[in-house]
Amino acid sequence: MALELSVSLARGPLSLQVTCTLPTRGVTALFGRSGSGKTTLLRCIAGLERLPARVCFDGVLWQDARHFVPTHARGVGYVFQEASLFPHRDVRGNLAYALQRQPAGAGGMQLEEVVGLLGLTALMSQRVQELSGGERQRVAIARALLASPRLLLMDEPLSSLDEQSKAEILPHLTRLHETLAIPVIYVSHSIGEVMRLADHLALLQEGRVREVGAMAELLTRADLPLGIGEHRGAVLSGVIDSHEPRYHLSYVHVSGGLLAVSLLESAPGKAVRVRIDARDVSLTLRQPEQTSITNVLPAMLVDLTPEADPAQTLVRLRIGEQLLLARITRRSAEQLALAPGMALYAQIKSVALMDP
Amino acid sequence: MIESAQWLWCTRRTALARRARTTATLGATLLATLTATLLSGTPAARAAELHVAVAANFLGTLQKLAGPYQAASGNTLSISAGSSGQLLAQIRQGAPFDLFFSADAERPRQLESQGLGLPGSEFTYALGSLVLWSPRPGVIDRRAGVLRAGRFQRLALAAPGSAPYGAAAQQVLRALGLWDRFNQEHKIVIGESITQAWQFAASGNATLAFVALSQVIDAQGHISGSSWLPPQSLYAPLTQDALILKRTRETAAAENFEQWLKRAPQATRILLAAGYRTAP
Amino acid sequence: MSSADLLALAISLRLAALTTVLLILLCTPLAWWLATARSRWRVPVNALVSLPLVLPPTVLGFYLLVFMGPQGPLGRALAAVSLPSPAFSFSGLVIGSMLYSLPFVVQPLRDAFAGVGSRVLEVAATLRASPFDRFVSVALPLASRGFLTAAVLAFAHTLGEFGVVLMIGGNIPGRTQTASIAIFNHTESLDYSSANHLSATLVIIALVLLLAVHAGRRDREVQPWRWN
Repeated sequence: MALELSVSLARGPLSLQVTCTLPTRGVTALFGRSGSGKTTLLRCIAGLERLPARVCFDGVLWQDARHFVPTHARGVGYVFQEASLFPHRDVRGNLAYALQRQPAGAGGMQLEEVVGLLGLTALMSQRVQELSGGERQRVAIARALLASPRLLLMDEPLSSLDEQSKAEILPHLTRLHETLAIPVIYVSHSIGEVMRLADHLALLQEGRVREVGAMAELLTRADLPLGIGEHRGAVLSGVIDSHEPRYHLSYVHVSGGLLAVSLLESAPGKAVRVRIDARDVSLTLRQPEQTSITNVLPAMLVDLTPEADPAQTLVRLRIGEQLLLARITRRSAEQLALAPGMALYAQIKSVALMDP
Repeated sequence: MIESAQWLWCTRRTALARRARTTATLGATLLATLTATLLSGTPAARAAELHVAVAANFLGTLQKLAGPYQAASGNTLSISAGSSGQLLAQIRQGAPFDLFFSADAERPRQLESQGLGLPGSEFTYALGSLVLWSPRPGVIDRRAGVLRAGRFQRLALAAPGSAPYGAAAQQVLRALGLWDRFNQEHKIVIGESITQAWQFAASGNATLAFVALSQVIDAQGHISGSSWLPPQSLYAPLTQDALILKRTRETAAAENFEQWLKRAPQATRILLAAGYRTAP
Repeated sequence: MSSADLLALAISLRLAALTTVLLILLCTPLAWWLATARSRWRVPVNALVSLPLVLPPTVLGFYLLVFMGPQGPLGRALAAVSLPSPAFSFSGLVIGSMLYSLPFVVQPLRDAFAGVGSRVLEVAATLRASPFDRFVSVALPLASRGFLTAAVLAFAHTLGEFGVVLMIGGNIPGRTQTASIAIFNHTESLDYSSANHLSATLVIIALVLLLAVHAGRRDREVQPWRWN
């Protein structure tokens, strides 16, 4: 299952030279700076722009030099940056518009399901003009889902919202991610959103695809311009293992061990993501004893990369199947004679949970 | 269908009322009108409908003539008014008229020479008279002193190029040696028709106007306001000619109308009362 | 008012209504194309559509008369299939009125369609709406105000038409004599009383219609809002 994409465009300041294959499982983030061509690419996939391209989704040819399947025949859901709800219909009417055009027997999502997923029950009879930005975006997402798309495209759906609205929607998006069976391509210039939501990452730089791969892995690559700078770190996916209310702690099971975090409300078994800043990770060759640091995990050193700051070095570690970053001084690295393949221990001082 | 029936009905109303045969209403049916037409005893072999195109300035008089003619002959007149130039263009484009009453003699002559008129059918239906007029009494005296002395702000006349009465007015002014002087003093206002020239004076925007006598004379022969009739010698005769158009299918009826206009005492009475003179 | 005047009024109202309906039907696709197509033909077509505004009505009427007349292209084409020329008939008035009021229908419709914006139409496309479906379910409702404006303008403009109908119609009572021409006849005959009566009636009818139309619309104001 793949989305094969090949675009070659030079139109004034915009240049897109993209040839890649995006996975059609899970959420793929299309990440890059403003002006890197992400939106244009997304619109091309949707058929909203007719660029010289070849687009093939799961073996179905959507576009090449001689054919062009129009947008309404592709079955792509699209969530725009601004919600773009139909002003002549209320919320229910907007959702009904999509439902009425759902292809028969597609086994598409039902109204109650989607409304519940995005928390729209109270808004159904409201007029579009009365909704807040966050509410409108949720309706837009629900509407896109109700069309039973085979591929969901989201073009920076949160970037026009204020912080509060973003915080309001993100849990819905995370939940969506867990329950959705269809692939999602999510355009964003916010690495925070990418870290929360993406499984795969396609990095777009000046009209070219720099790299495509698993998000967690690409995140740890020091050579990629992900704009994190000082706060380089890793994102680990795990499952809530247990709670210890006595100490106000919860334990998250990541591959390679348990991580203690502040007490969570959710029940054990729930999937969560945690972010670990490279600055918060130190290394030791021997299992530490009698240390105040709670989270210590066995790791294997993958590689060392020089940092912008000449005194520092970025170390990439493998914890089970996942990756971790540690930032240490070059001096320490040399003194410990760190080399790829070494087994050592990572001491994690601080674990940030990404969303409930 | 219905509208032509209604139209037939309304132009025959006078005849019907005279005979008091039916109490007609607006919704009279085609059958009723046909019956009425057939039942009316008329001098003509059968009642004809004549489509008459008339220069706008003769419209009022023609409407006054229509009633008596329709009663006398049993024919009906459907009158369409317009400017002579416009009517000319329409006739050339095949307008469905039987007769053309022009404001001059030139245009019917043109049409005849272009083969659009029945040969030899052109006839003079009236002679017009030019009058200098003001709506206010006492402004113009019998010698038109106000004109010669130039004691006015604006004088209106119809466009000399297109309206025969306008050309006549210009001739009068030239003959009196006033044309160039008034032009230099910007005292002359040109209306696109004599109706407009009349309107300029009637509204007070022009002190004086050269108009047709028919416009300012009432049923008793009195001229409203104050006026001066220029002597006939000062302008070319305002011969107003009519022409039977070649495309007519009612030649007999058209000739019947022509004869009635020239011969019937009623017609002469109406023409004279309207300020025209009859052709010799 | 005389029955001839009532007849003229009836003709005027029929002409205005028929012209309005036909223009809306014909101009909707044209206005849609002008608003949404990305063709270089838009500029000349827009200019052509505005042409009736620039020509004096009598000039327009004259050229139409020549076109429709027995020697003109339309007249001859119709004669070839044994059909009469529309000149000097009610059909001719309809044709002339449609041309005369064309810009008053195309322009508001075009602007209303343009105001819909491409975004909502793209959204509809992603929701599997075909181009025709998008037009009917999204563009038409959002452009409804433009339709009202176009209809009102066309109706009122045709009611007041004079030069074109006089030239093409020939002022034939019961057939092509509209109310405006009847008023002209009265003023030419210096019968101002009749002229005033007919004018007042015409104005009152138009006013009543306009008031009725606007009053009915006031509650359902749907504004296609702009995205900032």
